[in-house]
Amino acid sequence: MDGPDIGWYLIVAAMLFGIGALGVMLRRSPLIVLLSLEIMLNASNLTLIAFARQRGDLTGQVFALAVMAVAAAEVAIGLGLIVAMARRRMVLDVDQASALRG
Amino acid sequence: MNVTNPFYAALALIGNLASLAILYLLLAAEFLTAAQVLVYAGAVMVMFLFVVAYLGGRADAPWAGGPPLLRTAAVVAAAALLVEVVVVLGLAWGDDLQDPAQVADSFGSPAEIGALFLTDHLLAFEITSIVLLVAAVGGVVLGTTPEKEDD
Repeated sequence: MDGPDIGWYLIVAAMLFGIGALGVMLRRSPLIVLLSLEIMLNASNLTLIAFARQRGDLTGQVFALAVMAVAAAEVAIGLGLIVAMARRRMVLDVDQASALRG
Repeated sequence: MNVTNPFYAALALIGNLASLAILYLLLAAEFLTAAQVLVYAGAVMVMFLFVVAYLGGRADAPWAGGPPLLRTAAVVAAAALLVEVVVVLGLAWGDDLQDPAQVADSFGSPAEIGALFLTDHLLAFEITSIVLLVAAVGGVVLGTTPEKEDD
């Protein structure tokens, strides 16, 4: 195979996942939390695709595509929630939004 | 450097996603590379930038790390996650992570992925379409103005 061993891809994915997890845990703005979630999902996608190449099995790529679709759905809902929060003049802070009834 | 405008964060994420697309290409996933650029770096991030622009100054995300204890705990948890993965990788490096399988040139092409989606993974394909439909409907419902505004 051209290019580096699979392990290097996995290390990149692990670093991306760590950065994303740090962002989700540290930042309080829902927009930034959503962006960090995207980073984590992409890290897992990279892992799936790397293993698909390693084993020569396309199922991993199919699963990565499903993850991509779920991520798109998640962003659509998440951004809708953020816009709804902004409409109700709530503070855009994930710690403040602790009650389901606005 | 201290940037509070999430616009720059979203732009940086587009760069990140584009670089990941290159890695997918190296891993013989041509169709996923195209999907990554079109769906992620294209559609999803445009939606993101649109919402950031809609919110204007309200979207600003100044650094608000919370209490120092929580901050430390978050850093420790993320570092533990990273160390765990790296250790597991190091243990498995010699055995399973070398000598990748030989694959044909058509590996990862749209034709092969499409054939898999319409044969072995038909159920997953249909469920994905329903998930996307529900998300679209949910986005519209969340986006419409409520009938009784409380202001």
